[in-house]
Amino acid sequence: MMTRKRRRLWLVGVCLVAFGSATALTLSAFSGDIVYFMLPGAVLAKHPAPGRVFRLGGLVAQNTLHDRTIDGQPGVVFGVTDGAGHIVLAEFAGPLPDLFREGQGIVAVGAMTPDGTFRASEVLAKHSASYMPPDVEAALKKDGLWNPATGQPPPAAAFNGSLERTAATKAAGG
Amino acid sequence: MIPELGHFAIALAVVIALSQAIISIWGAHRGDARFIAAAPALALSQAMAVGFAFLALVWSGIVSDFSVINVAEYSSARTPLLYKITGAWGNHEGSILLWCLILSFCGAAVAVFGRNLPSALRARVIGVLGLVSCGFLLFTLTVSDPLGRIWPPPSEGQGVNPLLQDPGLAFHPPILYSGYVGFAVAFAFAVASLLEGRVDAAWGRWVRPWTLGAWCLLTSGIALGSWWSYYELGWGGYWFWDPVENASLLPWLTGTALLHSAIVVEKREALKIWSVLLAITTFSLSLAGTFMVRSGLLNSVHAFANDPTRGVFILALLGLVIGGSLLLFAWRAPVLQPAGLFAPLSREGALVLNNILLCSIMAVVLAGTMYPPFVQLIFDQQISVGPPFFISTVVPLAAPLMAAMGLGPVLSWKRAAVAPALLRLWWAALASLIVVLVGFYGRLGWAAVGFGAALWMVLSALAEIVERSQLFRQPIGTAWARLRGLPRASYGAAVAHAGLGVAVAGMVGMTLASHSIVLLHPGDTTKVGNYDWRLVSLTSGAGSDFTARIATLAVTDARTGQAIATMYPARRTFPLQQQTTTDVAIRTNGFRDLYAALGDERDGGIVLRIHVNPLAPWIWFGALIMAFGGALSLSDRRLRIGAPVRLARRRAADMKVAAE
Repeated sequence: MMTRKRRRLWLVGVCLVAFGSATALTLSAFSGDIVYFMLPGAVLAKHPAPGRVFRLGGLVAQNTLHDRTIDGQPGVVFGVTDGAGHIVLAEFAGPLPDLFREGQGIVAVGAMTPDGTFRASEVLAKHSASYMPPDVEAALKKDGLWNPATGQPPPAAAFNGSLERTAATKAAGG
Repeated sequence: MIPELGHFAIALAVVIALSQAIISIWGAHRGDARFIAAAPALALSQAMAVGFAFLALVWSGIVSDFSVINVAEYSSARTPLLYKITGAWGNHEGSILLWCLILSFCGAAVAVFGRNLPSALRARVIGVLGLVSCGFLLFTLTVSDPLGRIWPPPSEGQGVNPLLQDPGLAFHPPILYSGYVGFAVAFAFAVASLLEGRVDAAWGRWVRPWTLGAWCLLTSGIALGSWWSYYELGWGGYWFWDPVENASLLPWLTGTALLHSAIVVEKREALKIWSVLLAITTFSLSLAGTFMVRSGLLNSVHAFANDPTRGVFILALLGLVIGGSLLLFAWRAPVLQPAGLFAPLSREGALVLNNILLCSIMAVVLAGTMYPPFVQLIFDQQISVGPPFFISTVVPLAAPLMAAMGLGPVLSWKRAAVAPALLRLWWAALASLIVVLVGFYGRLGWAAVGFGAALWMVLSALAEIVERSQLFRQPIGTAWARLRGLPRASYGAAVAHAGLGVAVAGMVGMTLASHSIVLLHPGDTTKVGNYDWRLVSLTSGAGSDFTARIATLAVTDARTGQAIATMYPARRTFPLQQQTTTDVAIRTNGFRDLYAALGDERDGGIVLRIHVNPLAPWIWFGALIMAFGGALSLSDRRLRIGAPVRLARRRAADMKVAAE
């Protein structure tokens, strides 16, 4: 018959193994699978390495949304802006969310390609007309670009400002 | 007038709930028989008051009283009646009221079905439920009023969000909430036992049916939600590891652990303190699951809109309930006497392993869900944790759980040996191994292991029934008698385990899905999976409150050219809500789903997302089998207090019939 002490030892051992491996798995996954969130300004400043997955948030810049075939699949290119003059060109192959349109706040998951375009694997836009993704809202607020307390976000055209031209030419050139 | 009466009913319910808490707990503490006897009546009247308030909200929806803010914002005169009713809980305020309603019904159920409980314990349980109820009713009354008025009333409401205009989603919240809230009863029993300083086999027997019922509902609720996102959102997936989804998975994991540890309490009087802690944890996670997403702490693609003042109230309430119960646990748990020794290798040992692994999985999912808000708060950095994290942490922990799941039920209580257990399961193990090898040969890779694991779970569940009935060993008549004599709880367990196997097979099948995004013009054909998909035509249509673009897709077998199905994926535009939704077309034959969603139109053609999902329906079918197994177990007479009396009476009645 097993003593109480040995029984307890077994229990502690199994617990240690289980929770230890859970911790190890979590830490190793955290080091590799964490996805950072960036506004276009941060992307242009930090130049994330090609292939490193991150989430790009912002507003779809006006007059930048175009259809394009990407790797043989029907896709789109569009500019993502933070309203402070930074625009990152993004491409996405696949059907867009139902409410995707110019001026809409969006979050896209993906990575930069070597040629400096953001290749999105997933584009999220909330299914509501007046929605601004919380991450985009928080980031815009942090950078002093828009305070939700002052009312609705400015219209897309105002966000675009003078950069509309550059992005449009870039998109058309691609 | 009716909304004001409803509002008054909520205020009344707060007062009743408060007195329910104070009178019952104080009475049980003092041993005052009159106070103890008052508990059930108070619980019933609280349920009536909350029920009236809820009916008032539903009534305002049915008659389209747009002077009520909630009705004006989430309903319209043209909304179909079903959604006018379900609109009552399709928004933040209403859903909290529904939550309170279910909680008060739980209290009433304890009052009605708990007649055989010791009256002091029943009073304590009702008192604890009253306390929780009081907190959340107060929340409804002060910062989340579902019956608030608007002046002047608009002539037309804004209508239901078209995405939510779906029968699956209409009934998802009540089922899910019943699951969440059902764990409140287990929680109340745990707190009551801490107050009383006693946990025994009877406690396990009372807690089990409540936990089992809540677990069945939560399982169905999660499955329904996942099914909805599969057929409604058109992303082709069924689980996105989104914080809102994880929030429902967390209490499910600990609830499943509680379900198993309560067996040990009931049968062997061991694991008492642990079970009490699990009951507290499960309900805490349920609370966190319902309210964290509403406090704005976790952000998600499908969260409710939120308001910061509510967040503070919610966090304070969560802190009080969770912190208070854990404090009580720390203070009173040492009073509970442990009993029932067992060897590590035994049925109890296997159930402990189940608990450890389930709690480890819960811990990693919790870490992945809470890490982003934590980092945001401390380091002011916006990060997120996606599916790769959860897959790489949960799968390695789930694998030993699945392996042990087959072995556990054939081990004997107290002390067991591996050899006889393996001897009973050799054929299940062999068959699973063959599947794995065949899968590898067929270049399925890791999916082969997944299918092997799924088959192992189904076959080992079957092996347990075969073993217990001694089928193939005894003459068939004896075995049949034994089969009939097996308690329903045994069948329930086997069915639930097999159900998980079926669901896992479905999930593994989904990893083998083939999909493609194509631009098709009418007349074009594309090949996805082993099927040819031809776009026959593109037409327009209209419904009661939307216009639609509808594609006609002819699907044929790529090799034989035989027609398989004609599908009509569509895209609907709702002018009132300024929304577009995707109407996914799904054709299933039980073994694979053909799945087509429409994208946008360009140069006369249309973008289509096409998937061929092998075994996809098995995911939800498996979950249903699991819930059915739970229900089967719940119907076991042993779990119903006082059942023996009725059984004896029925037997007597049967004999009378036989005599005639």
